[in-house]
Amino acid sequence: MLSDQRIWYAVSSIITRINSAVVKHGTENLAWRIGGPQGSGINRIARLFARACAAQGMEVICRREYHSNIMGRHSYNDVVISAQALQCHRESTDILVTFDAETLCRHVHSLKPWGFALYADADGDVGLGRLPYLDQRLRDDLNAALSAAGLPETTQGLLEMAEQRGVRTVCIPYQALLERLADQLGMVKKAVSATQNMLAVAISAALIGMPEQALLAALEQTFLGKEHIVRMNREAVAIAYNHAQQLQPHVFRISLHGQASPRLLLDGTQSVALGKLAAGMGFQSYYPISPATDESTFLEARAEVRSTRGETCGPLVLQVEDELAAINMASGAALTGARSATATSGPGFSLMAEGLGWAGMNEVPLVITLYQRGGPSTGMPTRTDQGDLLFALHAGHGEFPRIILASGDVASCFYDAAQAFDYAERYQTPVIQMLDKALTSTLQTVPVFDTAAVTIDRGAVLASSEQQPQAVERFALTASGISPRPLLGQPGTWYWSTGVEHSEWGQVSEDPVLREQMMEKRAHKLALAAAEIPLSEKLEIHGDEDAAFTIFTWGSNKGAVLDALQQLSDRGIRARAVVLRLLWPFPADAVQALLQSASPSVMVECNYSAELNSLFVQQARRGCDHLVLKYSGRPISAEALLPQLVSIQAGDAGYRNVLRNAYE
Amino acid sequence: MGDDTLKTTLSAKHYQADQINDWCAGCGDHGILRALEKAMAKLELARDQTAVFGGIGCSGKTPYYLNVGGVHTLHGRVLSFAAGAKLANPALNVIAIGGDGDGLSIGAGHFVNSGRRNLDLLYILFNNGVYGLTKGQAAPTLRIGEKTRSMPRCVIQQHMNPIALAVISGYTWVARGYAYDVPALTDLVVAAMQHRGIAFLEVLQPCPKYNDLHTKDWYGDRLYKLSDDGYQALIAAETDAASVQQIYNEALARAAQWGELVPTGLFLQDLSKPDFRSQLAGLQPGIARRPPCQCVVTDDSGRTQIDLEPLFETLRIAADSSQT
Ligand SMILES: Cc1ncc(C[n+]2csc(CCOP(=O)(O)OP(=O)(O)O)c2C)c(N)n1
Ligand code: SF4
Ligand SMILES: [Mg+2]
Repeated sequence: MLSDQRIWYAVSSIITRINSAVVKHGTENLAWRIGGPQGSGINRIARLFARACAAQGMEVICRREYHSNIMGRHSYNDVVISAQALQCHRESTDILVTFDAETLCRHVHSLKPWGFALYADADGDVGLGRLPYLDQRLRDDLNAALSAAGLPETTQGLLEMAEQRGVRTVCIPYQALLERLADQLGMVKKAVSATQNMLAVAISAALIGMPEQALLAALEQTFLGKEHIVRMNREAVAIAYNHAQQLQPHVFRISLHGQASPRLLLDGTQSVALGKLAAGMGFQSYYPISPATDESTFLEARAEVRSTRGETCGPLVLQVEDELAAINMASGAALTGARSATATSGPGFSLMAEGLGWAGMNEVPLVITLYQRGGPSTGMPTRTDQGDLLFALHAGHGEFPRIILASGDVASCFYDAAQAFDYAERYQTPVIQMLDKALTSTLQTVPVFDTAAVTIDRGAVLASSEQQPQAVERFALTASGISPRPLLGQPGTWYWSTGVEHSEWGQVSEDPVLREQMMEKRAHKLALAAAEIPLSEKLEIHGDEDAAFTIFTWGSNKGAVLDALQQLSDRGIRARAVVLRLLWPFPADAVQALLQSASPSVMVECNYSAELNSLFVQQARRGCDHLVLKYSGRPISAEALLPQLVSIQAGDAGYRNVLRNAYE
Repeated sequence: MGDDTLKTTLSAKHYQADQINDWCAGCGDHGILRALEKAMAKLELARDQTAVFGGIGCSGKTPYYLNVGGVHTLHGRVLSFAAGAKLANPALNVIAIGGDGDGLSIGAGHFVNSGRRNLDLLYILFNNGVYGLTKGQAAPTLRIGEKTRSMPRCVIQQHMNPIALAVISGYTWVARGYAYDVPALTDLVVAAMQHRGIAFLEVLQPCPKYNDLHTKDWYGDRLYKLSDDGYQALIAAETDAASVQQIYNEALARAAQWGELVPTGLFLQDLSKPDFRSQLAGLQPGIARRPPCQCVVTDDSGRTQIDLEPLFETLRIAADSSQT
């Protein structure tokens, strides 16, 4: 019977529940969530599921939440599936896949009333007090809710509470299924227990009608070359699909369009890495730090790239002793003409401040990819935040030009990373590409990148000479502020360069007039960048351009804002969204003009103090009428944003609005 | 090291930059600079293919005075900048220079880790016992209980031994020279530049301005040459582990000598360890053919010619054939 149901309908795009009337709940997507202890392969299995969905022609966007811990603490992944392109994760969920009691406790509240919770038979009646990693605050909240409802302080109580809301709970006998698997493979149960996550995923996949074949294909791709693992999991999938037949009354069938065009499934760090490769990056030095490391290790594993002519031209990607070495080595490499970068996060970037100033003073084209995470200090290494904007803008002592651009989605990470090198070389100054953890771990289907769109501008490079080698001016004073750049090792020339204030020749000089000229020269480059960079590279305007209701944002909130904008429009509310890309030099004129025609204006940021808004006040002499902020370490979603925007538009909201979700 | 472009006969004078030198008269730094010029001339280093990096301190100013690429970096970070340039353009002859405060205090992490990398460059540490440029505070080379005239109190921390630290950190060529013995120092610089791998050269550098303990007179006849003592520093490529260990032990024993006798010359040359480039070439042979400074490839209209298709392939979601 089920085999007949394993069809992905390609007509409507709603979710139906087989055994009842069609439930249409407004959104045209399905949110699937899996959680479990870290070290149990949650992330990998979620990626596998996402891949299977994408291969079925759907768009997916996945979010990952995890602790700074290796084994045991809770982590979860969301996969939102839709026929249409997706821009934002969801905080609520339709299907919750669990195999430990803690996940059940943390997420059962996020289920929609029509949703399903899969849980292990062993977890059906566990006292909340027995879960060591459940935060005390959450335990207290849950217990209070349970006792108010007259329910026991156990998972059973929580399941009952969910059922009262309409949630379907599906008990899975994982241990019995593992025993069957062990029997079939002639192995001991312990040896197959790692497939529990596969059992969980496969049962949920069967319930939404995903063809077994699709899951198997994704399995093979995920564990390419690991025959033993593939074989074990293959059997697990078969057992799971078989078991799912008994759960027939629960079947969700999701019917979505097939999408024929090829796409990439990747996350923000991978997108940045590919952008850097496209730009011909030659050198990247790094020191491991969450959430930046994944980019560098991805690059390390794939550094042997080739040109279309077959020449190898991969970058040298090197793990070094600390972030001081990372930024300064990259500067040293840049002096020779290599396109050079480093990637880091808050604590590492703090250490880089002095090196950043050196690059500014020496006019070094250097790219720094800054993955923001929760601060201050060690903060929340694996949680998102946008609290480093003003720091990135001011890091380093003294005054020197820098360019800061923020990427708003997985696809633009690629193009921005590539273009960062152009800005760096054109204006001979450090460029900071800012991302945040949310973007880092957003796994998404995107159109295949268009490398033909990546053009390279190396800026003014000193012409090589055939003459007898001679010293040349590194810091020649020019009208534009840009001196043609000689390279270390360039035949025919040598030059001096120094972090001390210097003459055109790069020799120490503290002459007051020369000092002014050099300060002006460096500053001039920033003014030039502000004038030359087209508006389209500074900010994006979405939605109804003539609308007064204006929502400003930057970084990964872009997805939530655009999604909410669409929903506002569906409700007949006219609005526009302005997503800033170039944060420095600040596009003051454009922002000022937009603010003038904005009413009400809203700033959406993932930080406490509304850093971009304070930049508005400083640079455009006016801040927004309302702030919508979130600083819990979790990203903003359209679901949470929309009601705030609606109440702002209706005049019901105050100045400062903080988004909160106790269950993320 | 490196092929000269447009080779001509260059004398030491050709390597002198036309710059005012602001070191104190009588400073050991002058002797080191002379030795560098002479060594460069002996090696006929192409000036456009050579770069000297300096840290911050009196010592760090050296690049200003040499007629080759000169990069004055940050306090303690000179090795990082120098390594970045060498990694990105391996044809470059690279010398990193810094003081004992620069290399052993604020930059100690780079000192140690640069040994681990065994990259083909020369690091020269000017040991004057003090922080010259900040007016004579104790450097990590000064011993417990010592007090120069520039210090308000004596040192109450133990000293660091740069030679021993270099030996155990993996430097594959380790030597000590003396700033006032320019001919011997010149020979050491030449030998260091000819070594394939990272070379560490400590130079005993009197600072007549602030260090009244380790003066020309103090060094006087304490200094002796290891080679005069029949000392054997070389570890050939195929040396057995026990013999390697013996030479390391001997090098450390000599490094510990300080007082009545102070050894100079080569403590260790270890040819048994692979250098960085050969390690890298094993992993990423393409880098050897095309260094990082040449990775940008475009067509006539400036479009990138890097082929990302193979990478896209691993991330691509193909339209599924099982779909009906
Ligand atoms: C980060 C930082 N801290 C402190 C200083 C101040 N400073 C300049 S030179 C120097 C010490 C120099 O001593 P050393 O490295 O031994 O060089 P020398 O002058 O003796 O050759 C210090 C501490 C600095 N430039 N940068
Ligand atoms: S202070 Fe000492 S080290 Fe510095 S220049 Fe004068 S004598 Fe030389
Ligand atoms: Mg010193």
